[in-house]
Amino acid sequence: MLTAYKRMGLIGFLVVALVVVCLVAAGKGQVPISPAEVAGSLLHRLGLHVGPLPSAVQGENALWLVRFPRVVLAVVVGASLGCAGALMQGVFGNPLAEPGVVGVSSGAAVGAAAAIVSGVTFLGAWTTAAAAFAGGIVTTFVVYAMSRAAGRTEVVTLVLTGVAVNATAGALLGLLMFRTDDDGVRAIAFWQLGSLAQATWAAVAVAGPCAIAGLLVAVALSRKLDLLALGERPAQHLGVDTERLRITAIVATALLTASAVAFTGIISFVGLIVPHLIRMVAGPGHRVLVPASALGGAVVVVTGDLIARTAIEYQELPLGVLTAVVGGPAFFWLLRRTRARAGGWG
Amino acid sequence: MKATGVSVSLGGRTVVSSVDLHASPGEIVALVGPNGAGKSTLLAALAGDLPFAGEISLRDKPLRSYRPVVLARQRAVLPQKAALSFPFTVGEVVRMGRAPWAGQPEAADDEDAVVEAMRLTETTGFAARPFPALSGGEQARVALARVLAQRTPLLLLDEPTAALDLRHQELVLSAARDRAAAGAAVVVVLHDLGLAAAYADRAYVLAGGEVRREGPPASIFTAELLSSVYQHEVEVLPHPRTGTPLVVPRR
Repeated sequence: MLTAYKRMGLIGFLVVALVVVCLVAAGKGQVPISPAEVAGSLLHRLGLHVGPLPSAVQGENALWLVRFPRVVLAVVVGASLGCAGALMQGVFGNPLAEPGVVGVSSGAAVGAAAAIVSGVTFLGAWTTAAAAFAGGIVTTFVVYAMSRAAGRTEVVTLVLTGVAVNATAGALLGLLMFRTDDDGVRAIAFWQLGSLAQATWAAVAVAGPCAIAGLLVAVALSRKLDLLALGERPAQHLGVDTERLRITAIVATALLTASAVAFTGIISFVGLIVPHLIRMVAGPGHRVLVPASALGGAVVVVTGDLIARTAIEYQELPLGVLTAVVGGPAFFWLLRRTRARAGGWG
Repeated sequence: MKATGVSVSLGGRTVVSSVDLHASPGEIVALVGPNGAGKSTLLAALAGDLPFAGEISLRDKPLRSYRPVVLARQRAVLPQKAALSFPFTVGEVVRMGRAPWAGQPEAADDEDAVVEAMRLTETTGFAARPFPALSGGEQARVALARVLAQRTPLLLLDEPTAALDLRHQELVLSAARDRAAAGAAVVVVLHDLGLAAAYADRAYVLAGGEVRREGPPASIFTAELLSSVYQHEVEVLPHPRTGTPLVVPRR
């Protein structure tokens, strides 16, 4: 089976790529540390006394207090976005579905912003994530209910629903900004741009478990998502409880989006572009697509964040802006291609 | 499979009203009738897709009591139109037919079932091609291969011959007859009355959501009945060699 090797090779390649970009990303910054020293520092903490330790002054602190939480959060966010994209596309039966495009990210951001502005802390550090999850799940259900007809989602309906949802969410965010003080305005503006600058271990401790739970559910659903590609009724005829699949997938999408949005704001298009590239290499089977999209998303976000904070010295580009600069044109291209293949919008 | 007094309403309109139908192992049952007669709706009700009034039982158990996956090991359904959201290859699509058997002892036959189904539908040559790249008729045969690979004792086929050329129409219905000979029950919606007459053991002639006549095609396909059902004068002639009825519209 050549294709089986190809697929395993893809997963292996993505794992290696992720490890490499993580080591490089952790080393870059105002205190430069070589990838070997980064690996050495990690291994020493794990009790394996091999490899060099950071030679720079404050190198160890820079790594463990600033860079590692940021890189790990980038991995969590990227994996969540990539996986959420693959999952949504599978459930909607449409390769253009993505949390950012259809407005689920905005919905989650409204939830998170509402929690920040109102100052509620009923769940401690988990409050923002819980509010983002609530916002995400409501939006996903709304989009799903509005954009499906006869078991399918037409591209136009989906994208237009996204426009409407994004507009509504933007209005709610605006209202929240209007109602809050200067600090609140800055906090919400940061959400809309998307950035990993606020990464801490505490954020990782909240976003990580959400992402892992969502990923595990997505992997568990992957076989059924394959069958759903045949359409809702044929999937039922093959024994899939489509109602349950749909609800589980929506909850998992909301979990993943919440973990991506809660501490970093809206980073769009990762969930659109990554699964698309994976499909071009490994085909549409979800058993490879879901884990490979998670890995690929992590690679993209870690790399993107590295560029965002090193491209301009002593300044940081918002990551969400960077992904949109690349993702926007790619979305155009995908739209045109999908349209050409379908012979119009039908 | 046995249906008693089955009625289906769609959007407030009764599309199928109090239909009695049964299909036993080893026979091909054809549902025929004009457009809008309720054939596909009746088939969808038999498949468990639509809410219905009345009783449908499969192996003496009410259809409603089946869990989806258990039902999927009993009956396979060929939809009128094959669709696919992502470009899976033909081989992958046919293999999807084996999904209900995952984790069952029958999963050992997966490879066998797929190869056989593709041979019967003459789709083996396409195995590596993406499904959306095939022509309509080829897609229809692949969809049938998926349904055959499911290896269920009941087959519900909605117009399996609609997109096919003459040779492949015969191929598909021969495959259905082989399945029936092996003990399966086949319920098939057909537009071509000649095909129905040649392959079906029994036929139900539907019109306006009701069964107008039921029985072996040779005895119920009469010019009188068909002319009234289709609202067009038809002639029914016995084939000079085989004697099966040939239905010809009067022109």
